[in-house]
Order: sequence, then structure tokens, then C-alpha cells
Amino acid sequence: MIDLLVTRDYYVAAFLLLGIGTYVMIAAGNFVKKVIGMNIFQTGIFLFFIASAYLDGGSPPVLTDIAPYVSPLPHVLILTAIVVGVALTAVALGMIVRIYAEYGTLTEDTLKEVRDSE
Amino acid sequence: MSDLVALAVAAPIVGSLVALVAGIARSKSGWPVAVVACAVQLVVAAQLAATAFTEGTIEYVVGGFEAPYGIELVVDGLTATMIVLIAVVSLGVLAYARRAGPRSNPFYAVYMLLVTGLTGMSVTADLFNMYVFLEITGLAAYALVASGDRGRSAVAALKYLLVGTVGASLFLLGVGYAYIDTGTLNMADLAVKLAENGYDATLTQAAFAFIVVGLFIKVAVFPLHTWQPDAYAGAPDTVSALISALVSTIAAYALLRVVYTVFGAGFVDANPLAHAILVGGAVVSIVAGSLLAISQSEVKRMLAYSSVAQFGLVVAAISIGNVTALMGAAVHLVGHAIMKGGLFLTAGLVATETGARRVEEFDGLVQRSPVGAGVFGVLAVAMVGIPPTIGFAGKWYIAVGAAEAGSWALLAVIVGSTLLTLAYFARLVERMFFREPSVDLEPAVERVDARADGGEGATGVSLGMQATVVAAAVLAVALGFAVFGYSDALQPTIEALLS
Repeated sequence: MIDLLVTRDYYVAAFLLLGIGTYVMIAAGNFVKKVIGMNIFQTGIFLFFIASAYLDGGSPPVLTDIAPYVSPLPHVLILTAIVVGVALTAVALGMIVRIYAEYGTLTEDTLKEVRDSE
Repeated sequence: MSDLVALAVAAPIVGSLVALVAGIARSKSGWPVAVVACAVQLVVAAQLAATAFTEGTIEYVVGGFEAPYGIELVVDGLTATMIVLIAVVSLGVLAYARRAGPRSNPFYAVYMLLVTGLTGMSVTADLFNMYVFLEITGLAAYALVASGDRGRSAVAALKYLLVGTVGASLFLLGVGYAYIDTGTLNMADLAVKLAENGYDATLTQAAFAFIVVGLFIKVAVFPLHTWQPDAYAGAPDTVSALISALVSTIAAYALLRVVYTVFGAGFVDANPLAHAILVGGAVVSIVAGSLLAISQSEVKRMLAYSSVAQFGLVVAAISIGNVTALMGAAVHLVGHAIMKGGLFLTAGLVATETGARRVEEFDGLVQRSPVGAGVFGVLAVAMVGIPPTIGFAGKWYIAVGAAEAGSWALLAVIVGSTLLTLAYFARLVERMFFREPSVDLEPAVERVDARADGGEGATGVSLGMQATVVAAAVLAVALGFAVFGYSDALQPTIEALLS
């Protein structure tokens, strides 16, 4: 069991990030922290892809180098996913600005009180 | 001709950009641009559908990179149905949005972006490409929900964003598992290689679980539906209608596509747990969604929970997985889009005309808003599934499919769902037609971007709004008659999907 964890340390780290991200999204009362949790969650998935592309002793996928090569495709996919993640963060922060302008709070509990008293 | 598939995705993207740029020169120029782009899209979609149904599946390789290395676009009968549905609904909602708003150019730019994402999800035959379009759809939907002027919209949109992102990310994780398993992302190629690896491989099972749960969030299957009622109820009426009609529908289509094109019927048969996930999600959604709908007092929230139950039916059809049931899934997806989109538009029309937004405010509605009450009544009856409407046809196929497969427990739930649907719509119909109006309400017109536009006095109900809701009611009945011809045309597609 320990051997398995040590030889798969990259994957273990990626899934720890997934767990931490989910926990922050659920447990944090502050909206900005929730968005940070979302980013950690996504980063876990990005690292999972990158770790899967790694090959022990592999060279960069440039044809002048010697085979075996590291798989380039997951890097390309994750580049796209990172762009999507940045766009999501931007939209989320835009909404948080509007919520703050409207209700004057960023915490979930206070927001609930403000909305209940409306 | 052969580039038409790409044009179906490109037309709304170009429309989106033009709407945004035109806004710099002249504000309020977004609507005509969006209408032109949607009309082009409709022509392209109709042409593609005609070809797909007469000559068979259309395959298109993007940029000359041969499949399975490049991204492939495929249009079969099911895809063609979805893109025609997207084009028709988006054009119809535009007719309503002319008066109802929001009217700013950025709104129409995001509107077209949503249409792009939905079309892309329908036509793509590449799993990662589907993820990208899923996120485009999601981003546009979050922004559209937030386009209401109240703080409620922003809170609903943020919740939708957080939950929706987790859904899309789980989908991506599942795609990653499938990619590590096989080294390919092309759906047809994946199907072959997953079958070679054997259906009991842990990687394949994990990929299935992640993708299905991710899409469950996007479809709003109970208990992963929590974003959906807030988003539908918090959004402006135009947006509620568009999103309720299309976003979950295309996510359910993606679920069908992934389960049967990528993993295949053999995978579901070989893994009882995979089958159990689908059946469990379906049954819980149908029952819990209906009960929650009954307990709502706000009309838009009730319609939102009703969607949870209706998509439970579609997931049930996917879990049954014979030709009749999948036919039912396709028919019910189209039917639900027309009926639920129409109901949200009608709810908006009624609110504009009379100010009624809650169930008890619908008392005696027929006297105050005859068109609204009439259309709402017809669509409610269609939703319950009374012949000859499209709602009946979809439920009938799914129920017959369940009987053919011998899933008697599921059949009982499906038939029972009709009674539950009746329970929450009958009380509205009764209030609308058989009670005297008890509360005095002022027409509370929601002027979403009045301040931004300088607020000209365009209030009240336009002819376009009325024409749209009446068209939805007519379609809901007329499609019920068209279904038999359609099912013959779709038969080969479904059989190919299951083989």
C-alpha cells in the first residue's frame, strides 16, 4: 500500500488537491475563497493530466531528440483547460463584484441574513 | 456543401462577434444581428437534417487532420434533430426578447455564444472537444443568468458557476481516464479501443463514473440539481426559457452520446453498477423532482423542479437502452424543450401583463390574460402527457421501451410520474380557469436594462411575445402528430447507435 502511494506520488498529490479544493468550496463561507477552492480543484485535474504524460527518461517531443518522447497531447489539452479556467475565474469574480455592490457582503451567512430580511 | 457542418458552429460565433463590435458603433443593434445569425443557422441546420435523414450520416474532418488524430464532426439523425431544435428555439426566443429584453449588445453576443456552445456539443465527435464546448455553453449560461438586474440573479449565477464547473471538471477527469486507457479522444475510435481493453477494466469503469456524474450535474439530476431552480428562477424570463429549453437538453443528449457511442450498450450490460447509477439517478429525479415541484409557491421555481423530474424520464430512457426507449428519449428531449421553454415564456408574459409570479396569484388568470392562461393551459396539458400532444408521445415511447425491456419497476415510476406531473399542473389550471381573481396586482414589468438604455417607455406585451408563446403551444400539439413520421426516419440512427 505504502509502496503504491510512493510510486504514484504525483497522482496522490493531484487527488489531494482535488479533495482540498472540494473542501474549500464547501466549507469556506467567503465567496472569494470558494472561487479559490474551485481553482485548486481544477489545478488538481490539470496536474493529473500532466503527470499522466510523463515518461521516465523520456525526452521532449521534438523530432531531433532521441526517442522515447514524453506525450505532448495532454499538455496541449491542459493549455486549453487552463484558458477555460481563467475565463471561469474572471466571470466568477465579476459576479462577486456585483454581489458585493448589491448586498455589501461577501460571506454566505451574512448574505442569507440580508436576503431573508428583504 | 461539405463545409456546412462547420458553418453550423461558425455562424453563431460570427454573429456573436459582430453583435459585440456593432455595439461600439450603435447600441441596440444586437437584436437584428442575432436574428440574421440564427436564421442562417436554421437554414444550415435544416439542410444538414435533410441530408442526414435521406443520405445518412455526415462526417467532416476539421482542418484536414484525419480522424482519429484530428477533430471530427459527425451529424447523424439524432444530432440533426438537436441542431434543428437549437436553431428553432433560439430564433423563437429572440422573437420574444425583442420587447421583453434584456436588449444590450453584449447580451446578444453572449446569447449567440451559448448557441455556439450547444451546437458544438451536438456535432462534435471528439470527447475533449465536447468538454471545450461544454465549458463554452456553461460560461455563456452563467453570464446570461447574471444578466438580470437584481442581486438575486448574481447570487444564482455564482452558485450555478461553482456547481457547473465541478460538473464540467469531473467530465474532464473522466475524459482523462479514458484517454490514459486508450490513447485516443475520437469517440468512434474510443469505442473500439475500450471494447478491446475489456469492459471490466478499472480505468474504463472510473472514466464512465466520472463522465456520467459530471453530466448528471449539467443535466440537473437529483440530488445534483441544486443550482438549477435558483438559476431558472433568478434569471430574466427570456434567459430562463432559453436555458431551460436547451442547456440541460443538450447535456442529456451528450450523456446519451457518451453512454452509447463511446462506452456502448455492451459496457452498460457488463457493469451492473453502471446501469444502477443511471436507473438510480432517473428514479430519484422523477420522484423527488415532482414532489419538490408540488411544494413550490413560485411558478418559475415549480417549472424548474418539473424539469428535474422530466430529465429523470430521459435518463430512465437512456438506462433502458432499447430502440423504443431511446426514440422516446429523443422525442421527449425535443418535446420538453418546446413545452418547458414555452411555459417559461408564458410565465414571463403573464408576469408582464398581470404581475402574477406566484401560484396563488394565478387565480382567475383567464380573465386578466386570456392568451397567457390559454397557452399555459395547453402547455401544462401537454407536459402531463395527454394525447395527442408531444408530451404524450415521448412518455409513451419511454414507457413502451420499459415494458419491452421488462423493467416493470421503472415502468411503474414512469407511469406514476404522469400523475405527479398532473398534481402540480392541475392546481394551476384549476386556479387559472375556475376561480375568481382574489388579489389585485399591478402589472410589474421587469425592465431589465432600462437604466442602461436610457429607459424608453416600451412596456407591456408585444405581438412578438404573444406570437412566440402561441407558436410554442401549437408546436406542442402539432409535433405530437409529426412524431410517427419522425420515428421512422430516426429508426436507422438509433439502431446504428445500439449496434
